[in-house]
Amino acid sequence: MSRVRVLVGTHKGAFILSADGKRERWDVSGPHFAGWDIYHVKGSPAQPNRLYASQTSAWFGQQIQRSDDGGSTWEPVGNAFVYDGVPGTHQWYDGTPHPWEFARVWHLEPSLTDPDTVYAGVEDAALFRSTDGGRNWHELSGLRGHGSGPAWQPGAGGMCLHTILLDPTNPERIFVAISAAGAFRSDDGGTTWRPINRGLKSEQIPDPEAEVGHCVHRLAMHPSNPNRLFMQKHWDVMRSDDAGETWAEVSGNLPSDFGFPIDVHAHEPETIYVVPIKSDSEHFPPDGKLRVYRSRTGGTEWAPLTTGLPQRDCYVNVLRDAMSVDSLDPCGVYFGTTGGAVYGSNDEGDSWTPIVSDLPAVYSVEVQTLS
Amino acid sequence: MIRVILPAQLRILARIEGEVTLDVVGEATQGSVLEALERRYPMLQGAIRDRVTQKRRPFVRLFACERDLSHDPADAPLPAAVAIGSEPLLVVGAMSGG
Repeated sequence: MSRVRVLVGTHKGAFILSADGKRERWDVSGPHFAGWDIYHVKGSPAQPNRLYASQTSAWFGQQIQRSDDGGSTWEPVGNAFVYDGVPGTHQWYDGTPHPWEFARVWHLEPSLTDPDTVYAGVEDAALFRSTDGGRNWHELSGLRGHGSGPAWQPGAGGMCLHTILLDPTNPERIFVAISAAGAFRSDDGGTTWRPINRGLKSEQIPDPEAEVGHCVHRLAMHPSNPNRLFMQKHWDVMRSDDAGETWAEVSGNLPSDFGFPIDVHAHEPETIYVVPIKSDSEHFPPDGKLRVYRSRTGGTEWAPLTTGLPQRDCYVNVLRDAMSVDSLDPCGVYFGTTGGAVYGSNDEGDSWTPIVSDLPAVYSVEVQTLS
Repeated sequence: MIRVILPAQLRILARIEGEVTLDVVGEATQGSVLEALERRYPMLQGAIRDRVTQKRRPFVRLFACERDLSHDPADAPLPAAVAIGSEPLLVVGAMSGG
């Protein structure tokens, strides 16, 4: 029988939630790496018991941990994230040049085919790759060096590369997103890059339609149609049908088009999920009601999903990496809150149950479907 | 023999119980002690001092003999009591919330 494993990164450690295919009874293990910020944990699609975790601390810096037994035991691997060449400067919050400085790894994206190859999205924004299981890291510096780097600037959470999408039909194609620079695409395996932000409008920057400078919060893709991308931007939910060449707004009837995560149903490429947040300063759900919104039409037409979610006095946030889906049938959907709850739905979002309620603030949620 | 006491987070990371004892070749300085520490526990590279600049991380402090040595040069001799092992070098996470 199939099983699911939910990998949860929090402000004070990692937790692993496990269940059988019914997804009704859960075992909880953790905290792993207690006391440390765990920004992200993700498993290798090629070897599911190979997990990578980003363990970080304002005090003691960055570690990458690796497990080869599904999270029972871990080993610290390489943590030397050194920018290629002279890093140069990006914009600081006040618009002045600021040297590129490594702070932490936000996101780890294992290769679809090779368990020893893994990508890391870091702050200050850059993309690194390891081909030896995380021991050694090398920057794919064509991204930072393509020309617009000096114009990038940090979002409120720092200047982070937070999204990495690998095209399952074309190993040369990689999408990334950076706050606040925008979305970028490589068609040559990460050597060269170009911005793909045409159609985005951001009133918070001097030229709302600039080539770079947009605060993209998250990208999502369905593996069956990797040319169709979905985006949750600082404000606006967007869709591209041409691999990011152009974007159109699909916020439609959402109560707020501000938010952080966006994800796609495992079996329905047009069914997507967002969690509307009131505004850029009020990072909580509108009206104190925690609602996931689902569109079955690739955006524009949205319906609230509320069964089992708090519908009064709820003022948590759901961060950009804190939503994921499993690939069982019916599709399971999971998200974590800054209030420490992880909600799961085993019926495509129609109803929700808190798997855990009182973890530290949840940074990330990833799901593995295991046979 | 140099004695080093690490904060709990780094002891867990490096799977260390109790204090660390190190043999340091040459003069005992912050730099030589941290080099010896990182050589034995490679996962501590970058955790106490920056991997590139070798500067102490901002929220890490170094104490010994009831003195704050954090701002001493990396090549300054450690107190004699630390050099002979009668007092430990304390690596401390700065006192702040989080």
